[in-house]
Amino acid sequence: MATGVAAWLPFARAAAIGWMPVANCPMPVAPRDNSKRQDELIILNVSGRRFQTWRTTLDRYPDTLLGSSEKDFFYNEETKEYFFDRDPDAFRSILNFYRTGKLHYPRHECISAYDEELIFFGIIPEIIGDCCYEEYKDRKRENIERLQDDQEENKDMKLPNMSFRETVWRAFENPHTSTMALVFYYVTGFFIAVSVITNVVETVPCGSTTNQKDMPCGERYTVAFFCMDTACVMIFTVEYLLRLFAAPSRCRFMRSVMSIIDVMAILPYYIGLVMTNNEDVSGAFVTLRVFRVFRIFKFSRHSQGLRILGYTLKSCASELGFLLFSLTMAIIIFATVMFYAEKGSSSSKFTSIPASFWYTIVTMTTLGYGDMVPKTIAGKIFGSICSLSGVLVIALPVPVIVSNFSRIYHQNQRADKRRAQKKARLARIRIAKSNSANAFIQTKRNGLLNELLELTMGTEEDEQKLTKSTSLLESQHHHLLHCLEKTTAHEFVDELMYERNCLETALQTFSSRSPSISSHDSSVTTCCACRAKKHSSLPNTSLTHPIAAQQGPLQELSAIHIQCGDPPSHTASRSNLNLKSDDSCRINCKSGRITTAIISLPAPPALTDGDGLHGPPQRRPPPTIQTTTSSAGSNIVKVSAL
Amino acid sequence: MGIVMGTFSLQSKPVNYRKDKDDDDLEMTMVCHRPEGLDQLEALTNFSKRELQVLYRGFKNECPSGVVNEETFKQIYSQFFPQGDASTYAHYLFNAFDTTQSGSIKFEDFVTALSTLLRGSITEKLQWTFNLYDINRDGYINKEEMTGIVRAIYDMMGKYTYPALKTDAPKQHVDAFFQKMDKNRDGVVTLDEFILSCQEDENIMRSLQLFENVI
Repeated sequence: MATGVAAWLPFARAAAIGWMPVANCPMPVAPRDNSKRQDELIILNVSGRRFQTWRTTLDRYPDTLLGSSEKDFFYNEETKEYFFDRDPDAFRSILNFYRTGKLHYPRHECISAYDEELIFFGIIPEIIGDCCYEEYKDRKRENIERLQDDQEENKDMKLPNMSFRETVWRAFENPHTSTMALVFYYVTGFFIAVSVITNVVETVPCGSTTNQKDMPCGERYTVAFFCMDTACVMIFTVEYLLRLFAAPSRCRFMRSVMSIIDVMAILPYYIGLVMTNNEDVSGAFVTLRVFRVFRIFKFSRHSQGLRILGYTLKSCASELGFLLFSLTMAIIIFATVMFYAEKGSSSSKFTSIPASFWYTIVTMTTLGYGDMVPKTIAGKIFGSICSLSGVLVIALPVPVIVSNFSRIYHQNQRADKRRAQKKARLARIRIAKSNSANAFIQTKRNGLLNELLELTMGTEEDEQKLTKSTSLLESQHHHLLHCLEKTTAHEFVDELMYERNCLETALQTFSSRSPSISSHDSSVTTCCACRAKKHSSLPNTSLTHPIAAQQGPLQELSAIHIQCGDPPSHTASRSNLNLKSDDSCRINCKSGRITTAIISLPAPPALTDGDGLHGPPQRRPPPTIQTTTSSAGSNIVKVSAL
Repeated sequence: MGIVMGTFSLQSKPVNYRKDKDDDDLEMTMVCHRPEGLDQLEALTNFSKRELQVLYRGFKNECPSGVVNEETFKQIYSQFFPQGDASTYAHYLFNAFDTTQSGSIKFEDFVTALSTLLRGSITEKLQWTFNLYDINRDGYINKEEMTGIVRAIYDMMGKYTYPALKTDAPKQHVDAFFQKMDKNRDGVVTLDEFILSCQEDENIMRSLQLFENVI
């Protein structure tokens, strides 16, 4: 049932008069409002603080505690008020939800306390208004992460049944799990350091030997350095291959940044091994050695800070790009100006505009090396303007960039969060909407059986079953939908039934119309087949199948149609009251005293409607039922169970 | 440097302009309407004071400004029919409620229409319904208008129905309707024909009294 617009239900029902002249079939009876209560004030005493509101305000949301009969459990007879032993501050926003239709999250509330209140009062958090929803979800996620971190620290126990591969992967990802992993972690870290230091020391001039030249150490102790390099590369290769073997998804691992860095760290060595010592390629070989410096990036596995820095740079790329672009603009402008200003002077270093770039950059960043200086007066003037503007151009965006770092970082995360939340939220709202649609179809089946019970000679238990009926609001809404069905002479069904009906109209030509037990069974089995095909998990239905097959045809009719229903999937919602009365009705069917005619109207034999109301024709009730009710006359329109 | 400063300042200008425009738009929508006093309304309609109070509280809660425009109306009505598309029928309803054709329904319009529908005589109800069907208010219901209405009603059912909705179901329905209502077979239904035919049909008579106890 639509929440929040319950006040407009009388209007919607009145507007239904517009359908009446168009309708061909008689309308169903309207539900009686047995409790003709005047609108009264209800007092809600929440831990001593008294709130008052109209009863109809609370009735707006019958799916919640305050809107349903559940609040009767909290009724205090002596003081004639409802007492709740809960937090009155949180209750304020809950009561405002009934009043305004919007649920707000007070920012000073603890998120888990608020959640508990919502759960207690039966309100789903998804209704929180847009103004407060983001804050609520953020706080909730923080809380969950905090709890998760606590849990993860306890998670370091070894799970007994992990395969060797999984153990190795876990060891790599989290070195603290075992001593072996820790040893490996430190060994690789050590070797990365050794490798980097080796690369550096290789180029240091190592004191002169008998050949008067100062040789870098690399050329003097070639063998030693080569052995060191080989050892490091061995270790790195082994590590990479082990990681590749242990990775749960090898493709994804190979595409990750760290693995690319690993490959680039060891590849130059192998390429160097393969290549010969030609003079032509040795130049390229030297270039390759530069890539060995990438080994330093392997440290990022060992340092959390490096990883965060890398990520922030990546996310600030657009801002950095803008800074670069504006700097480039300024550089080009000033370089051009300086070039033309210095063109006149002789022996000027400003030989071309690109040559002036160097001067401009050095001046704007206030480095001032002094290798290029302007000599003309115009050049000096423009040079000073260049250095002053350099200060501003660099100094202004840098704090903006720094603050953008944190802003963009958080904003990116929030935007992704919101997108993911929105999808999930919309999906949940769609489910709730389809549930309300299905609730009507469900109630139709039960409601008709309830009315059956009303008309029979009721025993004690029948009366008790009656009291479990749906709320007045819901019954009125369903009556409205029922009238629409009658107007158009079509019924509402849910998606499952619709598709099954389409299937069966195709099969209909082959089946006989005899209401024998075998046909019932066959229809039951097609029922099964359809459902199995659709992979819908309706646990209730699987339970009732064997029961249905064993009962007599009378019960089978109603039982089949109940079990073909689609129970609302949210077990926590109160509309499951429908389901409960469903069970009771089925139990009552066993007594076998039920007649199927509800409204015996001497209608003209426009029995197309009658057929339309039944299920597929092979489920027409067997003649035994008809005889018990046809005493009143021959043209009885069966408005019975579907 | 000046150019750089210039570009920075230029960027900030359009934002201010846009914000002012939004503020203006906001002010325009804050139109409020208060209904006449409770006593006058009680005299105008067939409701008691108590019932009017309940009705107004519900109305004011959904529409704090006191008027309903067509969009809100469609939204509210659509919530009762989640399976199908109720917007077309809501449009016709809106026009029927909005007797002054002002584009919005005030509480007085709302309550007078409800009074006719729930507490009026059979003739008044039938008149109101005729008014609803007669989309162009020319005093005649022709086949196009009726087809539009019936199609709108069928739209509210949505796709998943039993038996499956065929495309010519509205047309057949309209033909049956005209068969019954159009006495002189001139292709249109006038108010008198309509009232007469409805009075002959017991189903319709009975169903018109279905909603007496709605409030």
